[in-house]
Amino acid sequence: MKKEIVKQAFIKTIPVMAGYLVLGVGFGVLLAKIGYGPLYAILMSVTIYAGSMQYVAISLIDSAASLISVAITTLLVNGRHLFYGLSMLEKYQNIKRKPYLIFGMTDETYSLLCQEESKEEDYYFYITIFNHCYWIIGCLTGNLIGTLIPFNSAGIEFSMTALFVAIVVEQWLTTKDHLPAILGFVSAIVCLILFGPEHFLIPAMLAIMVLLIVIRKGGNENE
Amino acid sequence: MNNYFPLLQIITISLVTMLVRFSPFLIFNKQEKLPDIISYLGKVLPTAIMAMLVVYCLKDVNITIFPYGLKELIAVLVVAMLHIYKRNTLLSIVCGTICYMLLIQLF
Repeated sequence: MKKEIVKQAFIKTIPVMAGYLVLGVGFGVLLAKIGYGPLYAILMSVTIYAGSMQYVAISLIDSAASLISVAITTLLVNGRHLFYGLSMLEKYQNIKRKPYLIFGMTDETYSLLCQEESKEEDYYFYITIFNHCYWIIGCLTGNLIGTLIPFNSAGIEFSMTALFVAIVVEQWLTTKDHLPAILGFVSAIVCLILFGPEHFLIPAMLAIMVLLIVIRKGGNENE
Repeated sequence: MNNYFPLLQIITISLVTMLVRFSPFLIFNKQEKLPDIISYLGKVLPTAIMAMLVVYCLKDVNITIFPYGLKELIAVLVVAMLHIYKRNTLLSIVCGTICYMLLIQLF
């Protein structure tokens, strides 16, 4: 039974494995370039475990940014995770290993778990820890031997985009109410145009929240 | 590299990231029943966020210069079409990624 859950979780995480290994290797190489070795690669991938933030961290470390600006940058880059937690509150109620599951809730882990209807705790746990392991292995490998990899892997990072596209299509096919998906897409595009690629996520999330609340009110009045 | 300042920076990033991830649970944990609005958002946010993340992944694509984001568009369509026909997540991702890699490396 347990074996079955581990297997299910593993299969589910294969796309993330491809993405994380590539992004992790990319991070490891960059970290090595500014002069930090495997210990730092392990420390960062284990304790920070946030893909895009670790890329930003490289330039923060390299420029010896003050702790205040490090904290503010982290808030801005990772602020979106606040909203992930909001939608996992009910699912993660009464779960023993909750602290680790919350700690490990990256974009990709969230994307795999938010579509699941009430699965067993073990399933959530294995998905989270498998993804964390891929990330650590990727970062470490890149840091140690990244520049030696002969295979032309240009474009393989698209697996992450493909994962999100497949999830959106799947959700579209299984739900009747398509308004949240359309709102998310349109808000993101509008905010991308208004605020640019570096700063659009937080305004987009706020716009999505406000719009979702507004359409809910509208819906109630019609009833 | 020979001082401990980078370590402090890493600890700061780690703590702030955890703060962000844990705060919804810390704020709402004590309540027996979640406020209606929060449990409503919990149901509709995931779909909206996933659509947003697709845009996030493609945010650096420049559609004003050649090839106008066509490679990304083609690969996204391959994933979407394949998924509509086969409903197999892994298959959609693998084929879409191979298609994108070929487009990037050959053209």
